[in-house]
Amino acid sequence: MDHPPAQPTSPQSASPQAASAHVEVHHHTPPQGFIWKYVFSLDHKVIGKQYYFLSLIAVFTGMVLSWLMRVHLAWPTFAIPLLDKLSPNGAPGGVITPEYYLSLMTLHGTIMVFFVLTTAPQAGFGNYILPIQIGAEDMAFPRLNMLSFWVTFVAFCTLVSSLFVKDGPPISGWTAYAPLSAIGSAGGPGLGLGQELWGLSIATFCIGSLLGALNFIATTLDLRARGMSLMRLPLTVWAWLVTAVLSLLSFAVLLTACVLLILDHVGGTSFFIPGGLVVSDQLQPHSGGSPLLWQHLFWFFGHPEVYIAILPGLGIIANILACTARKPFLGYKVFAYCVMGIGFLSFLVWGHHMFLSGMSPYSALTFSVPTLIITMPAAIVSLLMVCTLYGAKIRFTSFGLFAIGFISVFITGGMSGFFLAQPSIDTELHASYFVVGHFHMVMGVAAIFGMFAGTYFWFPKMFGRMMNETLGKVHFWLTFIGVYCIFMPMHYIGLAANIRRYSAFVDDYLIPMIPVHRFITVAALLTGAAQLIFLYNLLWSMFRGARAPANPWGATQLEWSVPSPPPFDNFGGKHPVVYHDAYEYGVQGSTGDYVMQDSPEKIVSS
Amino acid sequence: MGKAFAALLAIVTLASVYFFAARTWWMPVDISAHGPGVDHQIIETMLLTGVLFLLSQLALAGFVWKFGGPGEGRKIGTFPGGARVVVFAVFVVVGIEILTLSFFGSKVWAGMFFEPAAPNSLHIDVQAEQFAFFFRYAGPDGQFGGIHPELINDGNGNYFGLDPANDVAARDDIVVGSLTIPVNKPILLTLHTKDMIHSFFVPELRIQQDIVPGLEIPIHFTAVQTGKHEIVCTQLCGLGHYNMKAYIEVLPQDKYDEWLKSQSQ
Repeated sequence: MDHPPAQPTSPQSASPQAASAHVEVHHHTPPQGFIWKYVFSLDHKVIGKQYYFLSLIAVFTGMVLSWLMRVHLAWPTFAIPLLDKLSPNGAPGGVITPEYYLSLMTLHGTIMVFFVLTTAPQAGFGNYILPIQIGAEDMAFPRLNMLSFWVTFVAFCTLVSSLFVKDGPPISGWTAYAPLSAIGSAGGPGLGLGQELWGLSIATFCIGSLLGALNFIATTLDLRARGMSLMRLPLTVWAWLVTAVLSLLSFAVLLTACVLLILDHVGGTSFFIPGGLVVSDQLQPHSGGSPLLWQHLFWFFGHPEVYIAILPGLGIIANILACTARKPFLGYKVFAYCVMGIGFLSFLVWGHHMFLSGMSPYSALTFSVPTLIITMPAAIVSLLMVCTLYGAKIRFTSFGLFAIGFISVFITGGMSGFFLAQPSIDTELHASYFVVGHFHMVMGVAAIFGMFAGTYFWFPKMFGRMMNETLGKVHFWLTFIGVYCIFMPMHYIGLAANIRRYSAFVDDYLIPMIPVHRFITVAALLTGAAQLIFLYNLLWSMFRGARAPANPWGATQLEWSVPSPPPFDNFGGKHPVVYHDAYEYGVQGSTGDYVMQDSPEKIVSS
Repeated sequence: MGKAFAALLAIVTLASVYFFAARTWWMPVDISAHGPGVDHQIIETMLLTGVLFLLSQLALAGFVWKFGGPGEGRKIGTFPGGARVVVFAVFVVVGIEILTLSFFGSKVWAGMFFEPAAPNSLHIDVQAEQFAFFFRYAGPDGQFGGIHPELINDGNGNYFGLDPANDVAARDDIVVGSLTIPVNKPILLTLHTKDMIHSFFVPELRIQQDIVPGLEIPIHFTAVQTGKHEIVCTQLCGLGHYNMKAYIEVLPQDKYDEWLKSQSQ
């Protein structure tokens, strides 16, 4: 690993200096010109930020969609100002129709899962931080890296464009169960062109993710600095590596499924549509397909996807927690093995989404057992994080608060998993708000806390300026209380059999639960508004924040050994050499209570 | 800051648990023979996870309370026993929990799905469509007529695609829009759908099952209490999904017999 292979030269660096490349082989000139510097950049740092900002746009879009849904659920006849301008059909007079509610729900889920949870923690932070943390100048394949971002960007535009087609986005949910998703416009609004755009968008997204995954794996395995053995990798890198492997194996399957879905629309095939279907009194010209095939393909991707969303956050939090606690992470190796174990097990559990799907009831038990077993590595990593705080000297920075808050919501979300892993209980809780509460807590909120912690932690490195700590703390307190107010009540009404994906509650037994929905809506609006504090802090600090030193938090990883922001080639032409484990906190170092990974000094126990 | 945060963690934890413990919102009343098994499994899971939830969240709050701040002059400490203790504790505690839940949960599940319906079950056919349920009783001959998708027509009320002109068994089939069953009698439903995936869910019966195009899915249960409840769809099936429902009425046997007689006339 001594000499990482020279990077492919970017178009702009093919300058006269490149002729003497063998003399100063590792010193690249940054590209000149706006387009090559900021748009079609090959620099992992620019690409990481591009992913980050794409996710930022996506997360606020998804949040506004959830606001619209929540308002409609609580006050079904409330006319939402300006909404009829966006969709005269979907919200005549500003009142959301049942089909438009489902369209908003489909877009909310798809945007949040793919373009936020899958994008920012892995492709955003991973792209920016991973190469620097392992001591590389860039990703292994910079051109592929640029391509994967722009493919993802096109996928996002494709999805959003479905808002503007005649009968709107699809109404089949982010899981796009066939035959609803496959039958075409006969099945309902948005299921024609809208659904095809959805399929195209997700297929495109899969391609971007596959390219990204290849790049992450190659980079982590091949471009580590001298001394950066696998067991010295920061836990973030372990999480990103395992996530990349999961992406590579699962997005390939989803890509196939989406291609087949599009073929059912435009190719006259019947992969997911059986014979004898009668829609609007018309016998459909399909035969021989299987709706359960879609579910198997989708969830074979879909369950690893849950871990694709949460593992990078888990790694980010573990990494940040050691810095917050000012002591080594408890059980570094155990954590790394648990992340690998979770990754492996995540491929054996997809059937727990299908207990009641009509597949054999015997397979339900087969899928239930590994699902319960996966709680063991998950419980171990949670407790390792809790117990890392034992005997610590916790610094309550914004990222520290979000890191500890993450542990709390991750445990809360994990507990409800025990219920949903059991088929016998699923007969009552399946498709209820209990499930909504569960997955929002464990993969939505927890992963987003990972992103918030990552932002407060790495912002100085990424933008060379400090964020406002007071605003950060206010943001944390409001968000932490808010998410419990939103998602805990969902567990209660879910237990009372409140069904999800209803655009209104008209059943006799559901009407009494509407007051709870009003409470949730108010909490969601307020918690969402609190995110504007974060947005303001982010944008203001980007231009007006105090200049950041190289290592404002006294952290040990390689990215803190270079200026903030790092130079174009990360280490200014130097090769970092790693001497220490990733989390040497609480030791007497020349700079204080920590020793950096590339510090040649010997460690003296304090 | 540290102590306030620790207090917040504890308050959030206790408040979360309170509403479960107080049963402010709770499962609907159970009217099925197998339901106590499901409820017992839910309550057992709630107790086991509740204890783990309280212990881990309060430990988190406690550590934040105790170990916050710079702690001048204090040395950092390591969790007694280190990661080994954590791994061991999880293997023992969570391991026992998993084994317990799997063992008892599998028995409940097996009782619902592995056992065939009792031979004396009352057999009723269910057809789901966007956005309604229909129910078919075999009529006096005890035979169901065949289903012909090409004959399905909501306009003339042929929801099942029956062919009474050529099919003798279909002539006395009773097709209705709500489900009426006798109490304490094993019921066998065969679930069909003519279009999308729907789901048959009666919260009070602790029964939920997807209805999948192309498949005939049997479910069986026994209702042990009379009363009227809602059957709702729980699988996203289109724009009217929220409004797709029917009623199930459980009657004493004699009232049921009267009802059935009135239908076949």
